[in-house]
Amino acid sequence: MNAAAAFFYLFAGVTVASAFMVVASRNPVHSVLFLILAFVNAAGLFLLMGAEFLAMILVVVYVGAVAVLFLFVVMMLDVDFAQLRQGFLNYLPLGALLAIVFFIELALVLTTRFVDPKAFKAAAPAAPKPDMLVTNTEALGRVLYTDYVFFFQVSGLVLLVAMIGAIVLTLRHKAGVKRQDIAEQVARTKATAMEVKKVPSRQGV
Amino acid sequence: MTALDWAIAIAIMVGKSLLVIAALLIYIAYALLADRKIWAAVQLRKGPNVVGAFGLLQSFADLIKFALKEPMIPSGANKGVFLLAPVVTATLALAAWAVIPVADGWAVADLNVGILYIFAISSLGVYGVIMGGWASNSKYPFLGALRSAAQMVSYEVSIGFVIITVLLCAGSLNLNEIIRAQDTKYGMFGWYWLPLFPMFVIFFISALAETNRPPFDLPEAESELVAGYMVEYASTPYLLFMLGEYVAIMTMCALTTILFLGGWLPPFDVAPLNWVPGIVWFALKMSLVFFMFAMVKAFVPRYRYDQLMRLGWKVFLPLSLVMVVVVAGVLKFVVNG
Repeated sequence: MNAAAAFFYLFAGVTVASAFMVVASRNPVHSVLFLILAFVNAAGLFLLMGAEFLAMILVVVYVGAVAVLFLFVVMMLDVDFAQLRQGFLNYLPLGALLAIVFFIELALVLTTRFVDPKAFKAAAPAAPKPDMLVTNTEALGRVLYTDYVFFFQVSGLVLLVAMIGAIVLTLRHKAGVKRQDIAEQVARTKATAMEVKKVPSRQGV
Repeated sequence: MTALDWAIAIAIMVGKSLLVIAALLIYIAYALLADRKIWAAVQLRKGPNVVGAFGLLQSFADLIKFALKEPMIPSGANKGVFLLAPVVTATLALAAWAVIPVADGWAVADLNVGILYIFAISSLGVYGVIMGGWASNSKYPFLGALRSAAQMVSYEVSIGFVIITVLLCAGSLNLNEIIRAQDTKYGMFGWYWLPLFPMFVIFFISALAETNRPPFDLPEAESELVAGYMVEYASTPYLLFMLGEYVAIMTMCALTTILFLGGWLPPFDVAPLNWVPGIVWFALKMSLVFFMFAMVKAFVPRYRYDQLMRLGWKVFLPLSLVMVVVVAGVLKFVVNG
């Protein structure tokens, strides 16, 4: 067994084990921490396959941003675990059904690959040949901004719509809240900010 | 390759890593002292001057003091996560130094995606803070952790865009290549600090916020949160937090040096200057950036939390986004067009 295989089994083993612990652990914060461990190990698997750009992006986006928000939300929630577990049996059939469908689909994909490799290759788009002169990042950029530019832009648009939707749903203007308006503060001059009153003597203001 | 080859390769890697860590820790010991001395000088104090000549051994005395004290774990704390948090902070901070080239080609690992690696590792730094704050099971640490999570995630965005503009100019994600791209006939005026000056300023300020340095040290604002996420920590776990923080600051200094100050390049490629080895230039430039960090700490009062968020999202984000477009346009139509 060479070192690459050893590392593969290490990363794969930890990924699967921590993915199991995400579901199995009682404390939701521990679940999210195990999820992060699974993400990091998946990035390790990408690295072993030579997809260094994808590995780094996985860490930056999922571990550095998405999982932080998960952790944020889970820590703020005050969850009663005993109550949460009561509904477990009710949802078991639905969960099991989903799991079975998912496993059958995975099995179908994997078996076609081994039973009929030709059909599998015909269905999948031709992978570009590895070119040692072009780095990972450059190769991705070349495909993403030429052949798939339409899909790339559409996915960007979908994200934009989702973002605007989230902002519209949460933006609220409360009346009676004092807000700092920097532009207004900066625009103040002596004329608008000060008023000089001549106070006649012995009369007051 | 045989097992022996692997063993030798791993031994060399471990040796290099230990060398980098040892050099870095000694540098940090004196950077910490310099930080306190500069702060003291601005306030017309003397600063640490008792341990060793001019207080030169102060950091080592502090190290021994931290290591010998009793570690304390609050009874309500989540023990595993509580102890894991400082280890995560220190390890991640040190891991970033694996790819930083301190002289031409002197890096433990010369990755093709070096800059992305550093960005990824530094974006993980927030976990130590959140885990520490949550596991302490106490109000002040938790508030500090919440603040810092929002703060570090916000400023990462603008740091990302600044890095993108530099990458557009350099045309590579490899840190050595980024430094070589700044090797022009203009010497130090060809380094990216001058052509990309607005981005240099944005990066410097975002680096302060990302590393929780004053004036953005809201996670540990001592006047309101005592010490933020570190309140419940003592002894070695606290030492690891402090160490991780200072290593992250050094990483940001090194990154500023690499992206904007030409890394290990001499200011001008003329006789007496280019005899000096690259690592000396690198250390000098890092010290310059750290000096600026220290001066900001001494001069600028702490930001209010909403001002901090406004600066990140409403000023830096649009500005850096526009600069990405402008720089890409200039490169496409003026430089290469």
